[in-house]
Amino acid sequence: MSNDNPDNSRRKFLTGSLSIVGGTGAAATLWPFLSSMGPSSKAKAAGAPVKVDISNLKDGEKIDLIWRKKPIWVVKRTKNMLDSINTNENKHKDPMSENTEQQPEFAKNKFRSLKPEILVLEGVCTHLGCNPAYKPSENKFFCACHGSNFDLAGKVANGSPAGANLKVPPYRFEDENTIIVGELPDNSKTKKG
Amino acid sequence: MIKNNILVFIFLVIINNISYSASQKSELATKYKATNSINNKASLQRGAKYYVNYCSGCHSLKYMRMSTLADDLGIEDAVFSKNLLFTGKKIGETMTISMKESDAESWFNAIPPDLSLTARSKGADYIFAKLNTYYEDDSTNTGFNNVALPNTSMPNILANLQGGQKIVLDSNNNPVSLEKVSEGIYTEAEYIQLTNDITNFLVYVSEPAKLKRYSIGFWVLLFIFIFTIIAYYTKKEFWKDVH
Amino acid sequence: MSEKNQTAGVIGWIDERLPILSFVRNHLTHYYTPKNFNFWYFFGSLAFLILFLQIFTGIFLAMHYKPDAKLAFDSVEFIMRDVNLGWLIRYMHSTGASAFFIVVYLHMFRALMYGSFKKPRELIWLFGVFIYLALMAEAFMGYLLPWGQMSYWGAQVIINLFTTIPFIGPELGIWIRGDFAISDPTLTRFFALHIVAVPMVILLLVILHLSALHTVGSNNPDGVEIKKHKDENGIPLDGIPFHPYYTVKDFVGIGVFLFLFALTVFFVPEMGGYFLEHANFIPANPLVTPEHIAPVWYFTPFYSILRAIPDPAYGALAMALSIVVLFFLPWIDSNPIKSIRYRSMLFKINLFVFVIGFLILGYLGVKAPNPLYNALALRFSEMYFIFFALLYFYSVNRSNLFSYAFSGVIIFLIAVYDLSRISSDNYTMVLVGLASVVLFLLFMTLSPLYSNLNKEKEVPERVTE
Repeated sequence: MSNDNPDNSRRKFLTGSLSIVGGTGAAATLWPFLSSMGPSSKAKAAGAPVKVDISNLKDGEKIDLIWRKKPIWVVKRTKNMLDSINTNENKHKDPMSENTEQQPEFAKNKFRSLKPEILVLEGVCTHLGCNPAYKPSENKFFCACHGSNFDLAGKVANGSPAGANLKVPPYRFEDENTIIVGELPDNSKTKKG
Repeated sequence: MIKNNILVFIFLVIINNISYSASQKSELATKYKATNSINNKASLQRGAKYYVNYCSGCHSLKYMRMSTLADDLGIEDAVFSKNLLFTGKKIGETMTISMKESDAESWFNAIPPDLSLTARSKGADYIFAKLNTYYEDDSTNTGFNNVALPNTSMPNILANLQGGQKIVLDSNNNPVSLEKVSEGIYTEAEYIQLTNDITNFLVYVSEPAKLKRYSIGFWVLLFIFIFTIIAYYTKKEFWKDVH
Repeated sequence: MSEKNQTAGVIGWIDERLPILSFVRNHLTHYYTPKNFNFWYFFGSLAFLILFLQIFTGIFLAMHYKPDAKLAFDSVEFIMRDVNLGWLIRYMHSTGASAFFIVVYLHMFRALMYGSFKKPRELIWLFGVFIYLALMAEAFMGYLLPWGQMSYWGAQVIINLFTTIPFIGPELGIWIRGDFAISDPTLTRFFALHIVAVPMVILLLVILHLSALHTVGSNNPDGVEIKKHKDENGIPLDGIPFHPYYTVKDFVGIGVFLFLFALTVFFVPEMGGYFLEHANFIPANPLVTPEHIAPVWYFTPFYSILRAIPDPAYGALAMALSIVVLFFLPWIDSNPIKSIRYRSMLFKINLFVFVIGFLILGYLGVKAPNPLYNALALRFSEMYFIFFALLYFYSVNRSNLFSYAFSGVIIFLIAVYDLSRISSDNYTMVLVGLASVVLFLLFMTLSPLYSNLNKEKEVPERVTE
């Protein structure tokens, strides 16, 4: 060995290229593994839009269904219930539904729904994922886990541990009495996965 | 794509003479070679249509998810639902069938096998030969026999398309060839294309990843090649020290 | 280690508590390796790479696989079709298994060629043979998991080997299976062993193998000890630091390997039925045996030895011996010359014939048996053992008497066995086979007495080139 620690530019360049190409390759190799942990085609297929018939839904009643393994509520709100909903800034953390993550564009209104009387919500508390209970007599949803309160449009009340309104899933009316959860009103599918 | 095919070709030539050699086949059956190509999308689409029309009454494809099929073959969901969707099924489900096994048993004396993996377990040529080597035989229940799968309990459902065939035996009772005895709706070339398309479709079904694996593989190989070249010159540079 | 305190900062702080820097020094930057490694010295680091690859892909397969006789086959197809890029991970794992054996066989062949198992490296060899055994167990149990026809019937055949052990055999077979036939309990225990127990054993053995290697240092194609000649700083004159010289060199080997590996994974993952057998795409069916059962290719040489003797107990014994004999190799071959470069022509012929015979045994193992193949399998099995006998024979120069007696005893043993089975149907095949083996043996043992074929070359003091 003539020189133990040679410092020429060619050597540096080659070592650098080798490291960059090798590092890129190693990082790219991680991709299939990370991607394999995402939802499989089977899980995605199970997340396909769900149809629900609401012809038998009575005033004030709530039905549960499952879409993408999450509980979805459909509530037929009475006149009295609708009157209880307000956009008072002092009572709600997000009275005007400004947080675009929590509802599709079409639900950014006072009642957070397509039709005022029909409410469609994901029944997952935005605090830590418990299922809030429906309290029709008190005109609210109440999460027993940590005491978050939501009004009957799913808006989180001030003083609750939850930070955001309950999520409105994408849905549309196929006809008067049929809701399709998982599709937007313009019939486009929500993006897969 | 040409490069991919060359690589595949070289490998196949090396190993082809040993594949499937274990199974004992009649010599006549081995003369039927499928000339399918997985890259031929039109053929796959036709194959899917024929399969749904002729085969799916009895043979399930229980591992084939219809949404994957629609995506891979470039068929839009609406078109798929109209033409290919199994009745009462959602597009995200697999292609299972409604025929009960007990019914099948009493109708055919056998349960029609699921064909999801037949192209991998028995090979494309077997499927092609099976569909092409039915011949008339009064001694069987169905009135037909088959060279690729002797005494098959599967009826010759494509008989009116292909026309009738008779078997020619040599002095030792070994099958030598099949002779056409009556015309079918399809010409011979059309029938061969039909069976090739079905075979092609089943090859795809047996391994949907095959459509992607060649094209991804090409880029991976190219990348590794570049890496190796750089590694080689780096090694050479460092080893200048070693005398 | 007095200069250890020179490093400051975070790394220095850690190194005083955990010897990472000294580890890098001892095993990479100041680990001196002979400078004359050739092509054959790639396979150790490649085996290490594949071990890592198998563990990594295995973890991700285990996330989707279901070890349940009713669900296993479907879950493999689920991985192949529904899991994002699951097919790629599965093919990497299945190709990795075969690649592992290819690389390990080449690695072992290297040891045979250059005498890397000899003093002072006996323990390296022993740990290596244990790794090889553990790998066979690992591969065998992994092959049951897809729960296809070959998985099932291959396991059936191998587990039945254990039932040939006298007295305890039948009970042992039931105990291994956890049932009276291979079934769900067999699958779940093989899964546990395959993903937890055996990999841990392999990792431990690899650590021992490498520790032993780094204690005595690497052998080299000349078979000379580089530690004999050191400079004034105690650095071997023919040694170069492992890092950077062999790390960059290994990257070239890794590149070539990965190219071939990716070629297989993406273009021919089944390798014509050798890496993934066709019948394994049919779910396990205890009522239907496939027409032809062959183990995966890496077991077939030993499978041929098993089949060569038409008696299950003796066949199993011969197979067991063929593996056990590997452990004794350092003491069988006590010739002081390590490298093939300086050993006699007869040694070269012996090794060459052994390798060819091993490949032929492997080929015969995948074929359905017939009288000719059986006869060949028997003769090449005999040759397998004769290889070791000759290695012992060539350890020192043998006298006339010893040479005649040695070949006489072996010929006698083979002839007695042949006499016990000769009949009017097979006498040509038996006699031709016997004659070939006898001629080979006589040539190999007696030619040292009458020619200079056994002449060895002088081993140089320093490595060449």
